[in-house]
Amino acid sequence: MTVLVRARDVRRDYPLERDAVHALRGVSLEIVKGEYLAIVGPSGCGKSSLLNLLGAIDAPTSGTVEIEGRNVGTLGDREVTEFRLKHIGFVFQRFYLLPILTARENVELPMAEAGVPPAERRRRSAELLRYVDLGDRARHRPSQLSGGEQQRVAIARALANRPSLLLADEPTGELDARTGQEIISLFGRLNDDGTTVVVVTHDESLARAARRVVHMRDGEIVQDGVPHG
Amino acid sequence: MRLLLALASLRRNRARTLLAVLGVAIAAAMLLDMVMLSTGMRESFRQLLLSRGFQMRLTPRGTLPFDTEASIAGATAITDGLRARPEIDLVSPVLGASVHVLRGDSSITTFAVGVDPSAQGDYQLASGRDATAPNSFVANDDFLRATNAKIGDTLRIAAGFDPQLRTHSGERALVLAGRARFLYLAAGQLAIAIPLRTLQEMTGAAREDRVSLFMVRLRDPGRIPDVKRWMRSALPAMDVISTADAMARVDERLSYFRQLSAILGAVSLIVGFLLVTTLVTVSVNERVGEIVVMRAIGVSRAHVVQQIVLEGTAMSVTGALLGTGLGLVTARYLNAILSRFPGLPAAIDFFLFQPRAAWTAIGLLTACGVLAGLYPAWRAASLPLARTLREEAVA
Ligand SMILES: Nc1ncnc2c1ncn2[C@@H]1O[C@H](COP(=O)(O)OP(=O)(O)O)[C@@H](O)[C@H]1O
Ligand SMILES: [Mg+2]
Repeated sequence: MTVLVRARDVRRDYPLERDAVHALRGVSLEIVKGEYLAIVGPSGCGKSSLLNLLGAIDAPTSGTVEIEGRNVGTLGDREVTEFRLKHIGFVFQRFYLLPILTARENVELPMAEAGVPPAERRRRSAELLRYVDLGDRARHRPSQLSGGEQQRVAIARALANRPSLLLADEPTGELDARTGQEIISLFGRLNDDGTTVVVVTHDESLARAARRVVHMRDGEIVQDGVPHG
Repeated sequence: MRLLLALASLRRNRARTLLAVLGVAIAAAMLLDMVMLSTGMRESFRQLLLSRGFQMRLTPRGTLPFDTEASIAGATAITDGLRARPEIDLVSPVLGASVHVLRGDSSITTFAVGVDPSAQGDYQLASGRDATAPNSFVANDDFLRATNAKIGDTLRIAAGFDPQLRTHSGERALVLAGRARFLYLAAGQLAIAIPLRTLQEMTGAAREDRVSLFMVRLRDPGRIPDVKRWMRSALPAMDVISTADAMARVDERLSYFRQLSAILGAVSLIVGFLLVTTLVTVSVNERVGEIVVMRAIGVSRAHVVQQIVLEGTAMSVTGALLGTGLGLVTARYLNAILSRFPGLPAAIDFFLFQPRAAWTAIGLLTACGVLAGLYPAWRAASLPLARTLREEAVA
């Protein structure tokens, strides 16, 4: 079993005017290749803060985060940006596609950034859109797609550069139950196909689908194990 | 992909982009006009002075050509003396006078130049024949319109008029031989050219063989300083003006125009700059979320900056190109108004199109557009990711 992510005694303080918010108070976590992990807990307990650290979007106040053996806290902006581009896929609660681009162009964007040649980009974006069942919507703009469809395009975009880690922050948060269910089963399928998936959620059914659930409270991990129920 | 993104962003808010481009175009037009104005008049004067190849003018001391009634005696001797110099290619003695075309009780006053038709530099024959015969003359269109005369007509023309006695002197019957375009006249001014000797006889200048000025052409313009030095000592009663001297005087008088156009040009550049900065800032603020997500999924800061700068640049280049067209049209219109400026030769252009002027205007505005986009682009690309994502999710 290869350890993909290793967080050691991670703290994250957000300085306020007087004192600071201690969003993470010493979190340690290992994620193994191929895992499907859900992070759950009440609102404000530090789930998003942790996910941002796991995805090298943010740096810890203290402690270290290693992804694929690299301490991402020590990388400069250029290196960490390129690291995110090539190793991490992100899915946000809001879909955040570029409204001016078509579904296919949105999926191609990270590949263009990574310097993938146009023909290969086209081939892979078509393949990814088929994978998320949107093969026939490649030319549509986000405004012409439903919320669930947009989220699936966002997932296809996150997979564009074959990341070793897929991170999702409340991916079903803005979707109705039935559409959310489609996304949940898509994550299951992705994990079955070998992608390491970490989702932050307070959606019970999404958490149940994961093979491991981490419970957080007040910036700490309070329970870590297989889902019950 | 970045160009695609930049253009797509501009298309997203078409009306706004269009208005901004229009604004930039107006600034560009203004800038181009100002560049054209600052260089055009000077260049146009130079072309006019050199149009017949005469590089030097000799006038009675202390006067400008035709400025006063002053004239110089002994013209034939001076002409011969000048023609004897090997450096001198052509000498054109000119007498300027006011003459009256008589018709019944009334008369029409016109400006007349007395010239040697074979060596003159004052007009270009447009049709008919030149005024080579002693009793012939050529006239400009304004004259023909005012007198209703046609080529071949014989007109009675007098040089002097005594208002007390109400009589004319120096009257001659002259045949209209041809139609000519006069180079140094203001718009609407009537003008005719008569053989020098004839006009001298009519005006009484013949007694002392007087002329108003000489125009001199050299074989080699490089010899101008030598010839000038010689003229100053040989002809102390005359002022020698070379084209370069005349240009220096013109420059002096035009310095106000140049300062004015520099200031107005700078103002239009600043307006263009502010317009693009504002627009890029507004457009960036609208899509902070998109920009931060792009950064989060791994688009480099440099590429985000490039894309936003490209938007500003595309806008200013389009505006500048449109503005060049607009500037040329307005320049033509303004030129038509200003060429009626009293006392200036109609052939003078205030706004002269030179490709360099257009390139200068387009180049300056494009540079402005790049700079204008740089600051908002850099700010957007440097937003803190985690915090902005959180704020955008709440919003
Ligand atoms: N950029 C920030 N500045 C200040 N406080 C923050 C910031 N981000 C998060 N917090 C605070 O940190 C705590 C954890 O937030 P977050 O990680 O978003 O929790 P969750 O995702 O579990 O709801 C909250 O109390 C939140 O208000
Ligand atoms: Mg959260």
